[in-house]
Amino acid sequence: MARIELNHLAHSYMPTIQSPEEFALKELNHVWEDGGAYALLGPSGCGKTTLLNIISGLLIPTHGEIRFDGEDVTRKATEARNIAQVFQFPVIYDTMSVYDNLAFPLRNRGVAANDVDRRVREIAELLELSDTLKHKASGLTADAKQKISLGRGLVRADVSAILFDEPLTVIDPHLKWQLRSQLKHLHKRFNYTMVYVTHDQTEALTFADKVVVMYDGAVVQMGTPEELFERPKHTFVGYFIGSPGMNVVPCHIDGDKAMVAGHAFAMEQGFSKIPTGASLEVGIRPEFLSLSREGSGPEVSIQKVEDLGRFKVASVRLEEHEFKVMVGEDQEVPTDGARLIVDPTHVNLYANSHLVEEA
Amino acid sequence: MNKWSDNRAWWLVLPVVLIVAFSAVIPLMTVVNYSFQDTFGNNEFFWEGVGWFQEVLRSERFHSAMGRQFLFSFIILAIEIPLGIVIALAMPRKGFWVPFCLILMALPLLIPWNVVGTIWQIFGRIDIGLLGAFLDNIGVEYNYTQNTLDAWVTLVVMDVWHWTSLVVLLCYAGLQSIPDAYYQAARIDGASKWATFRYIQLPKMNRVLLIAVLLRFMDSFMIYTEPFVVTGGGPGNDTTFLSIDLVQMAIGQFDLGPAAAMSLIYFLIILLFSWVFFTIMSYLDRVEN
Repeated sequence: MARIELNHLAHSYMPTIQSPEEFALKELNHVWEDGGAYALLGPSGCGKTTLLNIISGLLIPTHGEIRFDGEDVTRKATEARNIAQVFQFPVIYDTMSVYDNLAFPLRNRGVAANDVDRRVREIAELLELSDTLKHKASGLTADAKQKISLGRGLVRADVSAILFDEPLTVIDPHLKWQLRSQLKHLHKRFNYTMVYVTHDQTEALTFADKVVVMYDGAVVQMGTPEELFERPKHTFVGYFIGSPGMNVVPCHIDGDKAMVAGHAFAMEQGFSKIPTGASLEVGIRPEFLSLSREGSGPEVSIQKVEDLGRFKVASVRLEEHEFKVMVGEDQEVPTDGARLIVDPTHVNLYANSHLVEEA
Repeated sequence: MNKWSDNRAWWLVLPVVLIVAFSAVIPLMTVVNYSFQDTFGNNEFFWEGVGWFQEVLRSERFHSAMGRQFLFSFIILAIEIPLGIVIALAMPRKGFWVPFCLILMALPLLIPWNVVGTIWQIFGRIDIGLLGAFLDNIGVEYNYTQNTLDAWVTLVVMDVWHWTSLVVLLCYAGLQSIPDAYYQAARIDGASKWATFRYIQLPKMNRVLLIAVLLRFMDSFMIYTEPFVVTGGGPGNDTTFLSIDLVQMAIGQFDLGPAAAMSLIYFLIILLFSWVFFTIMSYLDRVEN
């Protein structure tokens, strides 16, 4: 297991770089701790797979260096890096049995036969593959195949890190849960450093200790699931995480309050200096808004209410701005004279899409 | 389900029946007809039974032509299949050179067979041919019209030149269908080049390889035009393959009875081999699923 350092890392697929826009991965500096579970989360084309391929050595970055436990591996070939990777589609060796599949990485490295046997049986036990060891790998279901891919990584006791490239894409929904909790369990037990790429926020938030949110080739925020939810550092994080995403509406500042369409929203935590001339927005999650006939909030008109089972989502209009409000299953949505109540502890202020830090 | 009591729907099948009848069934039955009878012209026929078949199957001439034919097909497969795989593996997977390589590979396949024969016939001539005259000048004794080995080498090299591309293109298509992730996984698992070939590339190619073997076997087993143009079956009868023999018998000697019997035997051999290949292929399909 290893601690991964990314120093001034940047990558462009263009042979010569004319503008910063041509970087598929914009410069970043991060340290990923030994034994941590990290998720790279972002929409398609945000650079997360590029970053993963740089870590696994399939790509050599244009700039910067990458270190495993202090050792510079930037230019080292994949096979010399001692990493394991699980791909989007299960990669198995069709002609081999499950046993031979799991033994393959060890045999290629010249490990003694009885050590191979011990490791393979141990890992098969762990992944609940023991019954199928003698079967041909090609006849198995997608999730069993994906377990084999994972097993080929785990079987080497000394891997620096295990990388996952959207590994649950082809797995049935009910098995996703199972595999994901198995991964978490393995992580807890063996303390692997794991990097998990996904565009599915549920997957990222349930799997990782730290989620790295990427947008347009840059890391916009790295933090715990809670931090991403409560204090998104970028409006994109607000939209992308949470369902429905954060309400972001233009505002201006009057004293210590944010003014939206002439109505004041109190902000309890305050804010530091705002860059001059920046376009300001206020961000409030639907969870921290409520509707009521009483109180001092501005009056809003209800556009529609969607019942999502455990809760309802009301779309309401305040002048030209639309807000999503989360309403409990048993709560009534007032049809007329509804007022929008804002939880002042969860109002975030954004200048040019970036969070204005607390004072 | 209601069954139609009206039988007029059979008329709809008629066009297909007619086309198949005139393009396949009637010509084949004519051959069958000749194979069981003897004729001295005037459309008079005498029943022969299996006499022609016995004669053909017992004749020394048929045995040696058949032996040559199997040897030729075997040599062709033994060279073209491995060579095709090696070339396909050496071709770039992507980039600027891919179309160039593909066109280069496709070129020999586009040349008509008798033109290929003519090219090599002239190429190998010791008086004016580039290859023949060159070998002659550096002191190598080479003469495909008189030396059996030279004739065989010329025919084999010609066929390899003409048809290896087909194997290459099939294998290349098989290789291209392997997702990048497999190669990446192999690198991560520390697989050697040989292990990558043995456990990833070869299994993914087995389907196309079977097709390649089948096509090359059938084609080389039925070869006629090229050896006919280059050697005419000579020297002596040393490159007289089954089809050349058959044409000599049917058109040269006008022995229609034995020729018809031989055609059917020839046809059955090819059918048998195709059936064996088909069985293997569908068996592999079942195993995989």
